[in-house]
Amino acid sequence: MYDFNYYKPGSLADAASALAGAEDGKIVAGGMTLIPTMKQRLAQPSDLIDLAAVGDLKGISSDGSSVTIGAMTTHAEVAGSSDVQLVIPALAAVAEGIGDPQVRNCGTIGGSVANNDPAADYPAACLALNATIVTNKGEYSADDFFTGMFDTALDEDEILTAVKFPKPDKAAYMKFPNPASRYAMVGVCVAQTGGAARVAVTGAGQDGVFRASEMEAALASNFAPEALDGISVSADDLNSDIHASAEYRAHLIGVMAKRAVAAA
Amino acid sequence: MTDTGIGASVKRVEDARFLTGRGSYTDDLEQPNQTYAYILRSPHAHAAITKLDVSAAKAAPGVVAVFTGEDMQVGSIPCGWQVNSKDGEPMKEPEHPPLAKGKVRYVGDQIAVVIAESLAEAKAAAEAIEVDYDIQPAVVDMNKALAGGTLVHDDAPNNLCYDWEIGDAAEVDAAFANAHHISKIDIVNNRVVPNAMEPRAAVGAYDKASGEYTLYTTSQNPHVIRLLMGAFVLQIPEHKLRVVAPDVGGGFGSKIYHYAEEAIVTWAAPKVGRPVKWTAERTESFLTDAHGRDHITHAELALDENGKFLGLKVDTIANMGGYLSTFAPCVPTYLYATLLAGVYTTPLIHANVRAVFTNTTPVDAYRGAGRPEAAYLLERLVDRAAREMGIAQDEIRKRNFIPSDAFPYQTPVALQYDSGDYMATLEKAQGMADVAGFPARKAASEAKGKLRGLGYSTYVEACGIAPSAVVGSLGARAGLFESANVRVNPTGSVTVFTGSHSHGQGHETTFAQLVSDTLGLPLDQIEISHGDTNKVAFGMGTYGSRSLAVGGEALMKAMNKVIDKSKKIAAHVLEAAEADIEFKDGKFTVSGTDKEMAFGEVALTAYVPHNFPHETLEPGLEEQAFYDPMNFTYPGGCHIVEVEIDPDTGVTTIEKVSACDDVGRVINPMIVAGQTHGGLAQGIGQAMLEGCVYDDDGQLITGSYMDYTMPRADDLPSFDTDTAVTLCAHNSLGVKGVGETGAIGSPPAVINAIVDALSGLGVTDMTMPATPEKVWQAIQDAKMPMAAE
Ligand SMILES: Cc1cc2nc3c(=O)[nH]c(=O)nc-3n(C[C@H](O)[C@H](O)[C@H](O)COP(=O)(O)OP(=O)(O)OC[C@H]3O[C@@H](n4cnc5c(N)ncnc54)[C@H](O)[C@@H]3O)c2cc1C
Repeated sequence: MYDFNYYKPGSLADAASALAGAEDGKIVAGGMTLIPTMKQRLAQPSDLIDLAAVGDLKGISSDGSSVTIGAMTTHAEVAGSSDVQLVIPALAAVAEGIGDPQVRNCGTIGGSVANNDPAADYPAACLALNATIVTNKGEYSADDFFTGMFDTALDEDEILTAVKFPKPDKAAYMKFPNPASRYAMVGVCVAQTGGAARVAVTGAGQDGVFRASEMEAALASNFAPEALDGISVSADDLNSDIHASAEYRAHLIGVMAKRAVAAA
Repeated sequence: MTDTGIGASVKRVEDARFLTGRGSYTDDLEQPNQTYAYILRSPHAHAAITKLDVSAAKAAPGVVAVFTGEDMQVGSIPCGWQVNSKDGEPMKEPEHPPLAKGKVRYVGDQIAVVIAESLAEAKAAAEAIEVDYDIQPAVVDMNKALAGGTLVHDDAPNNLCYDWEIGDAAEVDAAFANAHHISKIDIVNNRVVPNAMEPRAAVGAYDKASGEYTLYTTSQNPHVIRLLMGAFVLQIPEHKLRVVAPDVGGGFGSKIYHYAEEAIVTWAAPKVGRPVKWTAERTESFLTDAHGRDHITHAELALDENGKFLGLKVDTIANMGGYLSTFAPCVPTYLYATLLAGVYTTPLIHANVRAVFTNTTPVDAYRGAGRPEAAYLLERLVDRAAREMGIAQDEIRKRNFIPSDAFPYQTPVALQYDSGDYMATLEKAQGMADVAGFPARKAASEAKGKLRGLGYSTYVEACGIAPSAVVGSLGARAGLFESANVRVNPTGSVTVFTGSHSHGQGHETTFAQLVSDTLGLPLDQIEISHGDTNKVAFGMGTYGSRSLAVGGEALMKAMNKVIDKSKKIAAHVLEAAEADIEFKDGKFTVSGTDKEMAFGEVALTAYVPHNFPHETLEPGLEEQAFYDPMNFTYPGGCHIVEVEIDPDTGVTTIEKVSACDDVGRVINPMIVAGQTHGGLAQGIGQAMLEGCVYDDDGQLITGSYMDYTMPRADDLPSFDTDTAVTLCAHNSLGVKGVGETGAIGSPPAVINAIVDALSGLGVTDMTMPATPEKVWQAIQDAKMPMAAE
């Protein structure tokens, strides 16, 4: 690890000005992704701005028709929240399936969403559930937020503060874990709200999380596993690696999507 | 049986310290004034170093010294075993400098060492080292390596280390000419990374006053390191070199070998005048711990019309990696090809083995070492032959088993098995596995749209390594005896110094049970000391399931000497003839009288010899013994694995593992079960999860747990393990060994089960690791036979 300056501001405003003032500053949330990268000397931020003391970034609120989760809320807190379990049980299940207990107790939704790892679980949930990503500068729809792998609409000095999930009629997430890392090799989140269906796929796309529009169209008229019969996702833009070829990933998207619809 | 003696499931005495974080591992040892070493490693698999400038690093903050291969003019890291090619030529044994001299041969090869006040400063300074590389094509694929072209070592044409054979090819060909059926198979035994929980570490220290060097290291055999490093690399005589292997957190073979880092820190300590500590990071473990397996084999089995084996032909290529590690050459020869008879009466066997250099991490023995490769090959081939001939999986094995009354049994590939009962382990395992209920379970799976399969493996291994005379004649440059010293303290407690080394096996318990059983002492009066060349007279260490069969026998021998001496003392004190003294339950009695002396009284008298006849009776009670086994030991058994496959995803779930092993006499059933569980996890890991992958440039793709699949608890079912014992015929305890059985027996059972599950679709092959993708792909290919061709 290289040397860096460390700040622990007590308010969002102080965090924002520390970030803006730093030469190459980075927010640290749970540190589950950032710290290992720094230890391996793959990242060399000049300043770390720790959000742990910014109180209003932590916590979950619900008005019955949506759930708002503060950026610094851990995966374990989301998984264990009775509000989330009641309003969007699929979201609690997504959080419960991330990493291991240590990771779930440190890693945060803000860190995961801001990081937009192409194999992370939350981005699929955000996209399928049509979440709103709230920052210190404004709001983004999930469709606009995830702009490519490890890439988001966030400005360099923008801080993610919360993620707001509207309540779907039905939703479920099916994850096929990478056998080694247990990140998603293919993860499919499906949601039905009103007459509309959304299907988001993580772990598979060369460009990170994406929506499977043909599946969405089929499910909009009939939200049932059979509706997906005969629909395949092209392997062209999918990842190929030692764990799964693009063709296998394309196949798994179909299987996981059907299983998610069945479970929703 | 007492509750602390042979056969008792005594809880492991060492676990209290391990489970409460009080173990003392190499990296835990803090030396006064110590410095920290960081090793700059090659990022390229094959390159000439055209420039190496360390001046900026030397000037960096906190740096004490920087050394390169040019500074470190020492001996080559030696290889402990010489294998000769079939034409009589000795193997190619290229120089292996601890710090590279002008050329690097695998990603991770050592280039320079930075020694600093802190690890962070050492690492930072290493970035200031300027290296220019002339990158050369990497030799990664074994077949391509043998075709020549790029050479890993200029003095090894076609990258060939040796071309070795065993058996008579012409006789085997004749048997094939008369065969009713010939089954053929191509097998890849996948390379694995050992992944001990504790990364390797080494601390070198030098005492200017005494001229003594000390090396603390994560080793399975400190005396062997003392010999290899002291005599060959650094020229330090034994009496000035102490090697300590304290608590060691797992080895699986990877900590047998003498590694460059040990020599580097020991050599550097006097240069900087301070102790030098190095601890591997996990990435370094992946890159530089000697890997395991990595064979490519074609084999053919000739059978008669009844499915009796007539002959076996094997052609294997084995990867040595970039340099020869300590035991590497013997693994694919004397620990592999000599096991190709397996548990069967195959009368004629020929095997040819070519060992090849590649630009990859050196490969050496890994839990089982050669024997898992033999068992996997044989058990896959036997299964295939059974399918092709329409014989049941168990039936073909039964027809070919060496019968239990045929021991000692001389195989056609040099070994003579002393005892075994393969039918007994098979039948017991079949009962454990409820084989009779399998068809119903299969039908239930099919009703859910799943596939179900059952796979067998009946295996034998050779361990208790090894008779020195035998291995010496086969090229070993060491003897493979073991030593034990039993020190009876004046108040009757006992300290045992053993040359075996425990790095997870539980010797502090098992060996104490031998003492408790033999001398009648409670466990808290017994201390097992190991791992320090200044305490233990000599030792060849722990690998090849040799601790109990060789080290335990040495201990028994030393205890017998203690008893003999004690009888002399008792006879003197009790004024009886030595021949009349009996020893039982910790008491010496004069037979036919009520005169007796407790063991502790004898001990005290030995050290308070107020009226000893000094011409005939020496004071003290301490005995040393060396034991050299007469033969290998031959554990064997039957593993049955049942799997369920989800054809939609290719996900294979291991439903049941039933392992019945003959490990000889069981000293501690709980430790035997524990060893079996660990071995099964590693064997199943190799079969289903673990695969070490290099790209064409020699970069290790599976260089972290993000890509290398270590088995986790939820990958495995609850194991059903048991034993069916025949005693070893040539050691006093009747023990055979259990350290490797699980890793040897299970991989073929897993793959045979998967092939069985898929056989209805016409699938006949599956490679390790059988990942979901491979299983799914096999199903797709079977569905489209035309497309697959
Ligand atoms: C062993 C292991 C297993 C894992 N398994 C999974 C898995 O199965 N599925 C999965 O989805 N993830 C997995 N993860 C990742 C985990 O979910 C992390 O928690 C997550 O990726 C990052 O969250 P964090 O809070 O730790 O962020 P950090 O590591 O602190 O930060 C990550 C990045 O986001 C930025 N950032 C953080 N918070 C904010 C904010 N509020 N505003 C703007 N930028 C911000 C940081 O600057 C940094 O660039 C795993 C991680 C580990 C270590």
